Amino acid sequence: MEIDEKLIEYLADLSRLELSPEERGARKKDLEDILAYMEKLNELDTEGLPEMTHPFEAANRFREDAVVNGDRAEELLAGAPDKNGSYFRVPRTVEE
Amino acid sequence: MSGDLRDKTALELGQLIRERQMSSPEVTRAFLDAAEADFVKAQDDETKMNAYASLNKEDALAQAEAVQKHIDAGEFLSPVAGVPVAIKDIICTKEGTTTASSKILTGFRAPYDAGVIEKMREAGLVFLGKTNMDEFAMGSSTETSYLGITRNPWNLSRVPGGSSGGSAAAVAAGLAPFALGSDTGGSIRQPSAFTNLTGMKPTYGSVSRYGLMAYASSLDQIGPMAKDARDAAVLLSIISGRDERDSTQVMEGPFNFCEILHPESGAEDDGRLDGKKIGVPRNYFEMPGMADDVRARVYEAAETFRTLGAEVEEFELPLVDYAVPTYLIVACAEASSNLSRYDGVKYGFRSPSAETIKDVYYRTRSEGFGTEVKRRIILGSFVLSSGYFDAYYKKALQVRGLIRQAFDKALGTYDLILTPTTPTTAFEIGGKIDDPLAMYLADIFTTSVNLTGLPGVSAPCGFGEGGMPAGMQLIGRAWEDGALLDAIARYQRVTGWHKRRPNEMTADGYGHRTETAPEGTSTQEEEPSAYDQLFASLEGGEA
Repeated sequence: MEIDEKLIEYLADLSRLELSPEERGARKKDLEDILAYMEKLNELDTEGLPEMTHPFEAANRFREDAVVNGDRAEELLAGAPDKNGSYFRVPRTVEE
Repeated sequence: MSGDLRDKTALELGQLIRERQMSSPEVTRAFLDAAEADFVKAQDDETKMNAYASLNKEDALAQAEAVQKHIDAGEFLSPVAGVPVAIKDIICTKEGTTTASSKILTGFRAPYDAGVIEKMREAGLVFLGKTNMDEFAMGSSTETSYLGITRNPWNLSRVPGGSSGGSAAAVAAGLAPFALGSDTGGSIRQPSAFTNLTGMKPTYGSVSRYGLMAYASSLDQIGPMAKDARDAAVLLSIISGRDERDSTQVMEGPFNFCEILHPESGAEDDGRLDGKKIGVPRNYFEMPGMADDVRARVYEAAETFRTLGAEVEEFELPLVDYAVPTYLIVACAEASSNLSRYDGVKYGFRSPSAETIKDVYYRTRSEGFGTEVKRRIILGSFVLSSGYFDAYYKKALQVRGLIRQAFDKALGTYDLILTPTTPTTAFEIGGKIDDPLAMYLADIFTTSVNLTGLPGVSAPCGFGEGGMPAGMQLIGRAWEDGALLDAIARYQRVTGWHKRRPNEMTADGYGHRTETAPEGTSTQEEEPSAYDQLFASLEGGEA
């Protein structure tokens, strides 16, 4: 299928990516090539077949939702690009 | 001395340490010195293997000293206690950094150990450092790493495969006795094939993914990369088994590979494979792009299995053409969701030019992710977006079920399926990096194993053009991982391919190696009790 400029912009936005004009062109071409290749799946009739999301169905194991760790705020904040006390700091998100 | 030592298997080193012929710090230092000699070379030095993303020299030596105290006190931790190991840079360790070879995680220090790391610590393994990889495990050549490419020790102008290419190069070049990799579409098996190693993608749900940075959660699995099947078996037995923190880790106990590890266990049956049925999918060998040399080597391996008593038969295994497109849709969809956590807020890199919150997200991700990662995130966003979801994502999940059915049917008839691991031996650096589809097809024989959750192992089966290693893949039934490693161990008792080491190591001074092959390094008497003790302790829930 043909990928237009609008769709590329929409996908970049969904992906939270800013693409340069060159990148937009390159990603448009990738997407067209790869989607053309994926068309191959349409050779198979899958009407009404179940969707396999996971290797082994209903295999999940559940545990009690209990707190097992202590206060590790300092440790977890150690890698933050910006912080203020025991909080992550980001630029203002709401206008005054 | 150092070269000979670094040719030994992890189990041989474990025995040397256990018998006090060498100490864990001595063994660890030998590997660290060799790894460091490569690590300090300039990035543009064409003799640089670049196997490691980071080395944890001081931590490793301190760890080795601590393990040695346990050994000196007569404690038994595992058959490989005191032996060093390399860890793929996508598995969290408290020591050093874990960056997934991405700019966006520059300098990230994990505040916790992955589940597999905790188990390896209890077994007395020593962590040398983190190995280079394709960024976020997205690639088949280790060329998408932010830290530069890794070179194949068998030929420095070739790729080592990927995404676990650093682990592969480290073990093949004697810069680590064995290593951990992760495999989402072939990332353990394909680099193992390219570097003459035995590498295993275990059954999905046997090994904890807690602390493995997620790429595609329904496909990812951690596994061993080693010089032979016995080393792979011991490492897999250590890392497998229960971890409450990964709800998809459903296997209760660890794998018990006692019989594979006992070298004498085959005595009663002469190491034969009588009664085993091995299916060889004829159509895999007829795919376009299938190289003659690899095809010939895998057929020769089929003959060897036949001489060992296995019933080997050709058959048609359908849907191989559909595995890569199905894999791409599933993997990219899961990746676009999993990688949304990298937002410049919690850890790692934040764009220095970000002024608004929107900039923090968009610029951090645009500057922090490389091309291949962006490509897959965008593709994933596409197949999950409304309007395209049914035609692509839903369709792929349905085909995934069909592929699983085809494998279940084949494994109803055969105990094992034998295929090439890859269509070709290792390709040239730069050969496919600008052609994503060609790169994705390097995984044509491995992706089905992730889509179905089944276990798969790659092992050496000879050499192709230019003296490059060729790999065969065995696929088996879910939870029968031992049957794969057992068959490879028996094959390796009657063949010597896995004992070959890259020759360049002598020529350019990487490894101070002697010209003679490491013949007879595995002839020492083993202590069977060591393995019994290992499994007794693992099954008791502590080691």
